[in-house]
Amino acid sequence: MKLSEAWLRERVNPAISTDELVAQLTMAGLEVDSVEPAAAVFSGVVVGEVVAMEQHPDADRLRVCTVKTGEQEPLQIVCGAANVRVGLKIPAALVGAVLPGDFKIKKSKLRGVESFGMLCSEKELGLAEEASGLMELAAGAPVGVDIRDYLTLNDNLIEVDLTPNRADCLSVEGIAREVSVLNQMDLSALPVVKAPITHSDELPVSVDVEEACPRYLGRLIKAVDAKADTPLWMQERLRRSGLRSLGPLVDVTNYVLLEMGQPLHAFDLAKLSGGIQVRWAHKDETLELLNNQSVQLDTDALVIADEQCALALAGIMGGSSSAVNDETQDVFLECAFFTPDKMMGKARKYGLHTDSSHRFERGVDPFLQERAIERATQLILEIAGGSAGPITERVSTAHLPERQPVKLRRQKLDSILAVALDDAEIIKIFTGLGMMVESVSDGWQVTPPGFRFDITIEADLIEELARVYGYNRLPQTSLLMRSELSKAPETVVELDTVKDALVARDYQEVITYSFVDEQLQQAITPGETVVRLQNPLSSELAVMRSSLWCGLIQAALYNINRQQGRIRIFESGLRFLQKQDELIQQKMLAGLVLGEAYSEQWSEKRRKVDFFDVKADVEALFALTGNEVSFVKSNHPALHPGQTAEIQSADGEHIGWLGMLHPKLEEEWGIGAQVFLFELDQTLLLKKKIPAFSPLSKFPSVRRDLALLVNESCAVADIVTHIKDCSEAAIQDIFVFDIYQGQGIEPGYKSVALGLILQDFSQTLTEPEIDAIVSRVLKKLTTEISARLRD
Amino acid sequence: MSATLQDILAQALNELANAQDLNSLDQVRVHYLGKKGLFTAQMKELGRLDPVQRREAGQVINDAKNKFQDSLESRKFELQNAALEQRLASESIDVTLPGRGHHVGGLHPVTVTLRRISRIFSSVGFKVVEGPEIEDDYHNFGALNIPDHHPARAMHDTFYFDAHTVLRTHTSPVQIRAMEAEKPPLKVIAPGRVYRCDSDITHTPMFHQVEGFLVDTQVSFADLKGVVYEFLRAFFEKDIQVRFRPSYFPFTEPSAEVDIECVMCDGKGCRVCGHTGWLEVMGCGMIHPEVFKSVGIDAEVFSGFAFGMGVERLTMLRYGINDLRLFFENDLKFLQQFK
Repeated sequence: MKLSEAWLRERVNPAISTDELVAQLTMAGLEVDSVEPAAAVFSGVVVGEVVAMEQHPDADRLRVCTVKTGEQEPLQIVCGAANVRVGLKIPAALVGAVLPGDFKIKKSKLRGVESFGMLCSEKELGLAEEASGLMELAAGAPVGVDIRDYLTLNDNLIEVDLTPNRADCLSVEGIAREVSVLNQMDLSALPVVKAPITHSDELPVSVDVEEACPRYLGRLIKAVDAKADTPLWMQERLRRSGLRSLGPLVDVTNYVLLEMGQPLHAFDLAKLSGGIQVRWAHKDETLELLNNQSVQLDTDALVIADEQCALALAGIMGGSSSAVNDETQDVFLECAFFTPDKMMGKARKYGLHTDSSHRFERGVDPFLQERAIERATQLILEIAGGSAGPITERVSTAHLPERQPVKLRRQKLDSILAVALDDAEIIKIFTGLGMMVESVSDGWQVTPPGFRFDITIEADLIEELARVYGYNRLPQTSLLMRSELSKAPETVVELDTVKDALVARDYQEVITYSFVDEQLQQAITPGETVVRLQNPLSSELAVMRSSLWCGLIQAALYNINRQQGRIRIFESGLRFLQKQDELIQQKMLAGLVLGEAYSEQWSEKRRKVDFFDVKADVEALFALTGNEVSFVKSNHPALHPGQTAEIQSADGEHIGWLGMLHPKLEEEWGIGAQVFLFELDQTLLLKKKIPAFSPLSKFPSVRRDLALLVNESCAVADIVTHIKDCSEAAIQDIFVFDIYQGQGIEPGYKSVALGLILQDFSQTLTEPEIDAIVSRVLKKLTTEISARLRD
Repeated sequence: MSATLQDILAQALNELANAQDLNSLDQVRVHYLGKKGLFTAQMKELGRLDPVQRREAGQVINDAKNKFQDSLESRKFELQNAALEQRLASESIDVTLPGRGHHVGGLHPVTVTLRRISRIFSSVGFKVVEGPEIEDDYHNFGALNIPDHHPARAMHDTFYFDAHTVLRTHTSPVQIRAMEAEKPPLKVIAPGRVYRCDSDITHTPMFHQVEGFLVDTQVSFADLKGVVYEFLRAFFEKDIQVRFRPSYFPFTEPSAEVDIECVMCDGKGCRVCGHTGWLEVMGCGMIHPEVFKSVGIDAEVFSGFAFGMGVERLTMLRYGINDLRLFFENDLKFLQQFK
């Protein structure tokens, strides 16, 4: 809601500055978005009247005018505007005037003729972007008066950003009412005179849908002059609220909308056939709106119709076929109350949002219509003349919103605000807000006025009091809360700990959008059902990610395009999977690595990162929980078939994937480097066992190394598993310290060098005992995987 | 001292002086003091002398031996020192060269802020709770007292999957879920991603919020003001001015917007605060009775407050970031600034 400060102050004028007024509104919950001067800075311009005019002797386009400016002698001013004429009142800039842009007016000679000032257009005064000639002032404009005073240009445009509950403030009157309460002043009344009824014609009105339109007022105003000029003051007020002047009939309806918050509509009687009906639209009924948009209506659209067709979308926008224009002679003026519940979402459905729909959706005072139609009649008669007929009213009291008294308990008020407001102050605030207050034994019964749709429960009343009293005057306590000891669960590792571990291993966290490009996603998880947004912002953000890799790859590409050759990033968050009827939102942790294993440095040899570098990072995460996991050779559509590991828990649960991005995709996306990816289920990753102590052996440990020849396809993990399966209690640790293929090893085989650490709990192991253990292990390995000792 | 002994000693001292390392020094020691050493041989000669002479001669030999021993020790010390000096010299490095191996990565600035917020609230017993991001419209709207077609819904540009399934537009549905799951007293914060169908210089379609709420008997607006005030001072580590402005949220009543004194200009007015000196940082209010009703909490027994804040906004203010879109471009040069 944008309004002129001067207009507001006409209704209530507290002795406070603009800044203070604005601060007061903001702090009362009517947030002021901006304050702008109504006109640019200029001075020295007065109302002038052209009293004589002659052709310039040496210039066809120039006229030499004699202009009265309120000084003793009229001034000679040379003017080139086409619309200059004798009798015209115009803004005249006197010698010494300063126009917007610091343009100083001096005495000058134009083609040899002296000129003592300048006649101005709206553009020259900074009131309009463009102008075709001089600004024409009303015939009654007082000559000599400063134009800033005459046009009340010393004004500010205040833009208030209203919350949806405060429909009552969508008018100058509504905001003035707030200002009056905040300053404990009276609101000056707006005298509305009932129009004299000078003809008795009425248009029949039938309301079929009383639940949507409990009150409908109409009136015929005949023989108006639709070509009459809207007075400048009204045009200026409309302009300052952001509305263009569109002829006196529309201007008046707009003016009353701004003044009182009541939308009205004017129909051209000549274009109506028969009486007015308020009804739901017929199926497939069409309507061409004032904005030339043609809409196909649904049966839940409320329309104003005549006997033939829909004329207007009720409370939203009129139709073009019945609109008034400057040929209009007789007007049917409509002023109705439409129920907010029935209006909500309707304009939006047709892609519309109008000043009228904005107000009806939020709630217009259901008792305002008579006053508003009288006000509009009064203004139309003043400006465009005409003769008013009687008001036709259709009302269904049963469907009008009822204002129920709301109980406010003193005890509740005190306990919520933690302060005891004075009884008199409470009553004063409520009364000022237009509420009826009745004191009862434990508090008050408060009945809100018709224009307040947002006061239905006790808490609403408490807010009103707090708001007007001032939130910042209310007490503030230091937190006193029940406290309980916090838990320190040891069966889960915090995600933060895992993230910190990745950061310590040179990973940078990223956050990418949860919606991704469908094609990219299809390449990564071709088997998953797509979870698709109905209204995505773009096709690149159209489907919910089924893997965090989608975002990581895009982040990597973004950085590759910015000359980053080494990328180590991770992300945590949900992925979204549709499994039959169930939508799964699964917490994941994923990483992407590409480029050099180490950032380029003086003492490490440059080498590309490989599978085992990244595997070490992943293993480090599992080391935090102490959980044993296995990396099983597997296949994933997005990964290199020879470098893909499925990560499984000891119980065989699928925890995630680790592998190299498939070279085909790497090439397709133009990455230009091997990419390693991992993705882990957070819940399984973070599960932790509480450690259980096992006693330490007092006896020395010994190491035995085995160099085994095995088939090259034999997985090292299998060798280790077979050794473990021997259940040799003395074997404490098994590790691989060399893998060799090449000279000395027959093709198809590889040498695996293992270290075994042996230790007994009851004695120092003797050589024969150790040999016996090792030979049992060898025998097992020979049987299972045909391993043999390397010579 | 016999001439022989004197010669031996002179020779021995000479050899000690010529020994250039500890190894050759030890050879000299063995040559003179070893089982077959020259001093040892001299001692063996003593047996042939009578006791008086033996004592005198023995004394002489011992003196010579001691002299040798002393020289040996001091030469050893010299050589040890020299060896150490040499090692030190040879092991000397340029300590200004950078360390080797992996550097350290970093967290996303949004995570840094989320952690700080969580830590501040956890310290007084708020529990961190998460909820789904794909929500049903009941939890995202209905249970929060935002009925169908309510103008407040238009304030949320919602992403839909179908008529009743949305991407959550705020973290407030977690409030509902937490109250459905547990009975009061409750102290919860709910951080997470939220989504609005809007994208321009000041809006990204995804961003982060932290919702917080407290439900107990006797919770007042004064408690809300206190918590918000103390949180903001803790977050900005500064005694900033805080003000509460009446506002409207369907799920709180009374509702407030919270402004802080602009941290960029200390409230003097600048471009960031639109020359008002104030910055809007969060919304809050007393939990609406309708919300309590939808989760079965008796509003006559319990009261509570809730607040919600935008994490990106707080992060921007904290670190002076001037463009929201940077958060999700994930330019490493941007992210690496927040270590």
